[in-house]
Amino acid sequence: MKQNLYKYILGIADNSLILGQRLGELTGHGPSLETDIACTNISLDFFGQVRSYYQYAAKIAGDKRTEDDIAMLRKEREYVNVLLVEQPNTNFAYTIARQFLFDVYHFLFLTELEKSKDLTLSAIATKSLKEVSYHQRFSTDWLKRLGDGTAESKEKMQEAIDGLWTYTDELFHQTEADKAMVLEGIGVDVTKLKEAYYKKVDEVLSEATLETPESKWFQKGGKQGIHTEHLGYLLSDLQYMQRTYPNMEW
Amino acid sequence: MSEEQIKNLEEQFEARIARDEKIEPKDWMPEKYRKTHIRQMSQHAHSEIVGMLPEGNWITRAPSLRRKVALLAKVQDEAGHGLYLYSATETLGISREEMYEQLHTGKAKYSSIFNYPTITWADMGAIGWLVDGAAIINQVPLCNTSYGPYARAMIRVCKEESFHQRQGYEIMIKLANGTPEQKEMAQDALNRWWWPSLMMLGPTDAESIHTEQSMKWKLKRKSNDDLRQQFIDQTVPQAELIGLTIPDPDLKWNEERGSYDFGEINWDEFWQVVKGHGPMNKERMKARVNAWDNGEWVRDAAMAHAKKKQERKEKQAV
Repeated sequence: MKQNLYKYILGIADNSLILGQRLGELTGHGPSLETDIACTNISLDFFGQVRSYYQYAAKIAGDKRTEDDIAMLRKEREYVNVLLVEQPNTNFAYTIARQFLFDVYHFLFLTELEKSKDLTLSAIATKSLKEVSYHQRFSTDWLKRLGDGTAESKEKMQEAIDGLWTYTDELFHQTEADKAMVLEGIGVDVTKLKEAYYKKVDEVLSEATLETPESKWFQKGGKQGIHTEHLGYLLSDLQYMQRTYPNMEW
Repeated sequence: MSEEQIKNLEEQFEARIARDEKIEPKDWMPEKYRKTHIRQMSQHAHSEIVGMLPEGNWITRAPSLRRKVALLAKVQDEAGHGLYLYSATETLGISREEMYEQLHTGKAKYSSIFNYPTITWADMGAIGWLVDGAAIINQVPLCNTSYGPYARAMIRVCKEESFHQRQGYEIMIKLANGTPEQKEMAQDALNRWWWPSLMMLGPTDAESIHTEQSMKWKLKRKSNDDLRQQFIDQTVPQAELIGLTIPDPDLKWNEERGSYDFGEINWDEFWQVVKGHGPMNKERMKARVNAWDNGEWVRDAAMAHAKKKQERKEKQAV
């Protein structure tokens, strides 16, 4: 099996899985019916992407494993999503900040992945880009509304950006699988996205009348499977049925 | 307007409905027609929104990615139904905020079925199959109701509901054909949801207060008891087909009537839940009120932002 390609796919897909799961928690509890529908829709997009990636990964693994085994039967240390996407829905400002900080990255990333020599990944990227450009518009619009809304919303939005800022740098860390895939013309060199990312984020924050945090203290570990304490609880829900009723079809 | 003029208008109005013409928002309508429609349509919208909660409860725990995607899409459809039913109700001169207020203070009702808890995955199947199945039987006739915006909304709602119902039944088929544990889970869900689903079709005709007027306005075309019989006759063979047992020892095919006879419904339980004392009434309302209260600062910010944007635009134009 192509170990590096397999790991590389998981590195992309796990972000969509965990963020999709987080957004799914909000269904029925949003601040308005319209935002409820939008967040559920974004969650749906993520799970659609996840299925394409994991189905491809299962094919590469070439054993009996299925998309659901990959999604739901790994151990906590085997999930390689970035720490950003597992952060909880503390309030709507955090949900929007998490989404925005991920969407800007995700859009840049997929734009490059579209050029991949791996035709399956390139095709998934093309399809996902359409969705992600909507995600980015949604989170950017809300960031501006909340940043440049009332004094209360501005304070909450700034606090969320400040709180999540520490998880942004990890987006641009390379794993061994990443490096190998870049060499083969399959993977994206994420280190090259960093400048465009912070430039874009800074522009939008400034339009939203928010401050770009100056802190240079960053957290990392997700890509090596070393997560925050939040992930375990998320996985308990995600894996509950597969763990309680093993080897069954649903 | 004189009393005679009003009477005249009312006669013309009833004649239009009798001719199967649609009543549109700008048309004259009797106050009672307007109020009855606000009550029924908002209750319907509220049911969609509260109905998101018992199913939303399983989104994070769906057993497979395929099921998770289908469940998310289904709950999103319900939010969409809520949205256009609220919009259709707004054409009668009430705002969405006022309707929420009525829901949150308990003045407006929603379907009682959503006051039961969803405790296993099979409940997702049972709700789709039975609850959406009963809802369709209630709602299909509304596609021809007299109020235009409601009728048009219902056409779309019914299309999606029938998809949901098939999806729910398909979950049950899979469980019923699965391992003994899965089959037990399916049977248990049927046991818990069967009777509340029958109650969903409303109190027995003798106790139903709105029926006669609603029939005239095509808000209702069959009586509650007729709809219930239709639901039972349609559902029993579906249960048999997948080897599940309807939890009613008195259920028996009646050759003469060409229908199933069935056991007595526990109306005390029905009224207990309707009056707010079901297993989940308080939790459901708390979830809605919390979402609304916690979202206030977000809605305020959106309003403030829109106003600022407008002001800046006006300034630029000067």
